[in-house]
Amino acid sequence: MADSEAVEARGDIQPLVRFERVSKHFGAVTAVEALTLEIAQGEFFALLGPSGCGKTTLLRMLAGFEVPTEGRIFLDGEDIVSVPPHRRPVNMMFQNYALFPHLTVEGNIAFGLRQEKATRDEIAERVTEMLALVRLQGFGRRRIDQLSGGQRQRVALARSLIKHPRVLLLDEPLAALDKKLRAETQFELMELQRKLGTTFVIVTHDQQEAMIVADRIAVMDHGRLMQVAPPAEIYEGPGSRWVAGFIGEVNMVEGKIGPGENIDSALGTLLVSAGVGEAGDKVWLALRPEKISMSVDRPKGNLNAVAGTVFEIGYRGDMSIYRVRLADRSVMKVALANMSAGGTARYALHDLVWLSWPPEAGVVLTG
Amino acid sequence: MNGEPEKRWNVRAIVLLPYLWLAVFFLTPFVIVLKISLSQTALAQPPYLPVLDLAAGWAGLIEFAKELSVDSYRLLSSDLLYLLSYLKSLQVAAISTIILLAIGYPFAYGIARAPRGLQPLLVMAVVLPFWTSFLIRVYAWINILQRDGLLNDVFLRLQIINAPATWLSSDTAIYIGMVYSYLPFMVLPLYATLEKMDESLLEAAADLGCPRWKTFWLVTLPLSVRGAVAGALLCFIPIVGEFVIPDLLGGSETLMIGQTLWTEFFSNRDWPVASAIAIMLLALLLVPILVYERLQRRSLEEGR
Repeated sequence: MADSEAVEARGDIQPLVRFERVSKHFGAVTAVEALTLEIAQGEFFALLGPSGCGKTTLLRMLAGFEVPTEGRIFLDGEDIVSVPPHRRPVNMMFQNYALFPHLTVEGNIAFGLRQEKATRDEIAERVTEMLALVRLQGFGRRRIDQLSGGQRQRVALARSLIKHPRVLLLDEPLAALDKKLRAETQFELMELQRKLGTTFVIVTHDQQEAMIVADRIAVMDHGRLMQVAPPAEIYEGPGSRWVAGFIGEVNMVEGKIGPGENIDSALGTLLVSAGVGEAGDKVWLALRPEKISMSVDRPKGNLNAVAGTVFEIGYRGDMSIYRVRLADRSVMKVALANMSAGGTARYALHDLVWLSWPPEAGVVLTG
Repeated sequence: MNGEPEKRWNVRAIVLLPYLWLAVFFLTPFVIVLKISLSQTALAQPPYLPVLDLAAGWAGLIEFAKELSVDSYRLLSSDLLYLLSYLKSLQVAAISTIILLAIGYPFAYGIARAPRGLQPLLVMAVVLPFWTSFLIRVYAWINILQRDGLLNDVFLRLQIINAPATWLSSDTAIYIGMVYSYLPFMVLPLYATLEKMDESLLEAAADLGCPRWKTFWLVTLPLSVRGAVAGALLCFIPIVGEFVIPDLLGGSETLMIGQTLWTEFFSNRDWPVASAIAIMLLALLLVPILVYERLQRRSLEEGR
């Protein structure tokens, strides 16, 4: 539902990739369950979920390494389920890179073209082009075991791009890199994707990575799509408690919809945005830690405000996470940016504080 | 770092152990054989001269050294029989190794591609013949290959041949014996390399447009060269010096170096020439042994 809406919103006539009620069983285990998903031409699309959620299986079905138990997969409107991997116009960058250890950097990058009827000059030209694209000029003659992890990652990228695939599949492409390099490479990947205009489908378990690189994210769990939407929409308007909890930090307040635009909860009556459901429905208010303000005095105005005691402070450098115990013994997490130059915490342990947020800051979830 | 010296002493002792082993069980016999190869035959006990008399001290040693000669080696180079034996051995070893590779590779490949749970069982099956004495297994082949043996019997019944053929006492019998006996030595190292190979490399090749049969030539084969070389050397080196198989299964016209050595030693009682043959054989095999050694070391380094 959410996925097809999003594609229509982009005004595309035909999706580049379409999974139609695709299921995959491995013996008694169900990896993917009756899943329908569309990916548009030129999108940077992320499949996100905890390990074992079926995201890699979905990617491998698109590459042709797994055959769906049921359902059809379309590429450019053509059913590709029966097409073997070596005939599909998609290429994959493997998680461990899967570089051929007996070939040089050039040999690896040229491998795909060598399988076509490309001339020697053409191959040489394209390899040079690819080496420049991934900034590995001069590394062509190196052996794979003479490269660093980051360089290997770039060779794998070049190798999978040289045939100009209709879709580039990236299976946890940055998982093997250290944190700093990973952050840089994320931006490089985005730049590359924009430059080439190729459709990228990335599989990752790292929600931050998915949010940074992708135009749209499909959040998966137990072989099903939980939500498909652009990153901001998923973060700001999660469709369920599960998605809200999986993406980023969240405070969850249980309650019932009251007579007005509010929720009756253990914290009292909380104001929310209009049109959340029928009075008496059981709901949850999802509240992001950074959307909550903290003050010593009770704030004025049309705000929700609850009192509590700071009992834990996690200093993260750029921000601090305060854990505040409320009157009903529940705990609320509050993230405050450390903007003052001193960097010291504005609130100390055992401080009595007021937490407040405007009605529109929270998301009311029904499931 | 206190209290370390004792520990270091222990470590040193452990490191020393293999060297001690080599010194006692390899170097000493080798020096003795080398010494005998430089002696002359004599009707005596032992059947060669000079005999080193350690009781005579330094003077005795000098006396001994003066009497050493290279006559045996001269004989080896002057009589064509020895050269032909060496060449025959190399030929048999080379052809056997090629046949072993041709049979062993699909064998190892099949095991490596079998379901994970089945693999130990299949490896076990390859090693199983070792549970019976090597000699008995070669004798069994005499039974199979002889004129009224199992092979002729089956072939006659299937009407593949009309009259019993001669298998035993021929080069064919030698090759059958060699290939049969050494197959595990070929299969195991090949299996080890093939089994270690990353499956995703094959997927990567397929992903880049390479059909399966071509992936075998472009990826699998080049990556298993090391296992193939290890297996080939593991077969080639002992086959060159093989004695039992050609002696029991081969014909009288085939003389491998092992048989020539045996004849010199037991029939002619010419210990010096027999020793010289052994030394030359070792020199001959040193090249492939060093290649193997080098290969092992490299794969150890890469395994780190």
